[in-house]
Amino acid sequence: MNTLGWRTVKGLVGIFTAFGFLFLIGPLFVIVPLSFNAEPYFTFRPEMLMLDPDAFSLRWYENLFNDEEWHRALFNSFFIGICATILATTLGTLAAISLNNRNFPARRTVMALLISPMVTPIVIVGVSVFFFYSQPLIGLSQSYIGIILSHAMLGAPFVVITVTATLAGFNQTLMHAASSLGANAWTRFRRIQLPLISPGVITGGLFAFATSFDEVVVVLFMGGLEQRTLPRQMWSGIREEINPTILAVATLLIIFAVLVLFTVEWLRARTAKQLQPQ
Amino acid sequence: MGAFKASWLALPLVGFVIVTLLVPIFSLIRLSVYDSTVADALPKTAEALKEWTGNELPPIATYEILGEELTAAQQTREVGRIASRVNRILSGSRSTISKTPRRLARTDAPDVRAAFISIDEDWGELAIWNALKQATDTFTSRNFLQAIDHRLMPDGSIAPMPESQQVYVTLFIRTLGVSVAVTLLCFLIGYPMAYAMAHASPGWGRLLLVLVLIPFWTSLLVRTTSWIVILQQQGVLNDIFVFLGLVADDNRLTMVHNMTGTLVAMTQVLLPFMILPLYSVMTNIPRDLTKAASSLGANPFQAFMRVYFPNSLPGVAAGGLLVFILSIGYYITPALVGGSKGQLISNLIAYHLQTSLNWGLAAALSVILLVGVFVLYVVYDRFVGIDRMKLG
Repeated sequence: MNTLGWRTVKGLVGIFTAFGFLFLIGPLFVIVPLSFNAEPYFTFRPEMLMLDPDAFSLRWYENLFNDEEWHRALFNSFFIGICATILATTLGTLAAISLNNRNFPARRTVMALLISPMVTPIVIVGVSVFFFYSQPLIGLSQSYIGIILSHAMLGAPFVVITVTATLAGFNQTLMHAASSLGANAWTRFRRIQLPLISPGVITGGLFAFATSFDEVVVVLFMGGLEQRTLPRQMWSGIREEINPTILAVATLLIIFAVLVLFTVEWLRARTAKQLQPQ
Repeated sequence: MGAFKASWLALPLVGFVIVTLLVPIFSLIRLSVYDSTVADALPKTAEALKEWTGNELPPIATYEILGEELTAAQQTREVGRIASRVNRILSGSRSTISKTPRRLARTDAPDVRAAFISIDEDWGELAIWNALKQATDTFTSRNFLQAIDHRLMPDGSIAPMPESQQVYVTLFIRTLGVSVAVTLLCFLIGYPMAYAMAHASPGWGRLLLVLVLIPFWTSLLVRTTSWIVILQQQGVLNDIFVFLGLVADDNRLTMVHNMTGTLVAMTQVLLPFMILPLYSVMTNIPRDLTKAASSLGANPFQAFMRVYFPNSLPGVAAGGLLVFILSIGYYITPALVGGSKGQLISNLIAYHLQTSLNWGLAAALSVILLVGVFVLYVVYDRFVGIDRMKLG
């Protein structure tokens, strides 16, 4: 094949790749304008395409902000998310610090156990915790505690992974230096190790929060009306009577995701800078 | 470093995961093979039936004991659960059992056995007694047999389910098929995307990475909703097709609430899990390698297939396994866009938990799925390494 032939092949692969990106990101961009639709439809009407201002409205956002159920869902999502994140981040960071030691007994097995919630099918997690917490002796079904514990368990692996990754670039001689200057274990941890690994801890915390914030199956199986979260409320909306209010929520969640993403990337860049040899 | 590197720091999380995940999973496993409904509600009957051989009707004393215990169970409202448990062994026995305690007091038969038979002739047959005896056993293989489309006959033999009720094996195969298809689609679409990200100029590379990470961070429900909006009959894609004259307005394509919806949405949702590991492997492949291959006379195809692709295989393995593991237990997307044709095994588990209330079967199906995922997880750890799992 001549050069021109290879160029054609490259061009075709390029077009295919572009369609790949469109396939991945396009659906999100479809939702945003539709959430401003003045009519209760899920499709672009000719007026919208001609950018007629009357075709757009904020009515679905108004619906959202005036609806008690969505208020409660928002509160629940943040309440459960924050509690689960604090728990997951604390336990996960401690575990990652001790797993950083290569001589940790049965390190690989322990790691596999701690990461396992990430790959366990969510339905199995949901079914198991439902049966477990609804036993009369435990009686935590339809309670915040059961959901928070489950969400913390689902989020902790992310903290373990991100903190472990940050620790891999952590310069241990700093700890020796601090030690030789008379710092005790707690001081060394608080003044040296924690500030240096904090980007990893925060990133892990954001992952844990996002996990809880997006989790619907455990809430679906275990939560009552009281514990409905945003995704749970969306779930009913999609299954029962889909209306454009869902699209307004979806748009806000996309904005939220973008904010989280940029925070994580900013933290990552900071860590990378810190770890560069001076 | 001293106390803060000590192993005990991992103990709180280890204990936490054991209590909040492992113990619940073990109780799920127990539930799949253990059912004490009847043994608990009818302890004396269970005792009496232990010595019964099953060749002839039990003695009148056994009828008496059962009568007393059923009447007691009637008061505690346990009868319904007993009846449905026995009914799963011998279908049609539900009404026989549930009506018996209600009518027992009102019969004027000469003895208890005659009274039972006057309520329902089935009480004069061996079948219901055999079923009852089977139901008093707290260990049950029924759930696992049903999960592979078999059943325990009242006489204790194992037989395939009637053809109309054979659903689970097909469903397991369908789940595997969908997982393989989604993994292949993610690979086909994701590989050139990861390549473009890894080999673009730094500015473009960063932009493309952001384009992959935005969907990665966006709520699963949002992404599934967007597919409903795009794929439904009055949706965006059909509108475009109609506008372009590809399909008639009255003949719009059905692309959602069926298998197409499940495949398309799952592929898009899981695509970042393929791209990100591939990308991280590709950024570390030295560019000189393919240049060297070309200078030695390889054409671009040969250079790619013989030099570049083999070097990217660790990323293919990591991404492919991760996508496969995640898709095999997928629930949310099929539940929302799969309709009745695009349901996977997880959806049936949820159905038995929430709707049919056949918890034993839900547990057995879960255990089978769990074993499959566990095997894949071990393979992942062996070939990729769990501690090398990368995020974002």
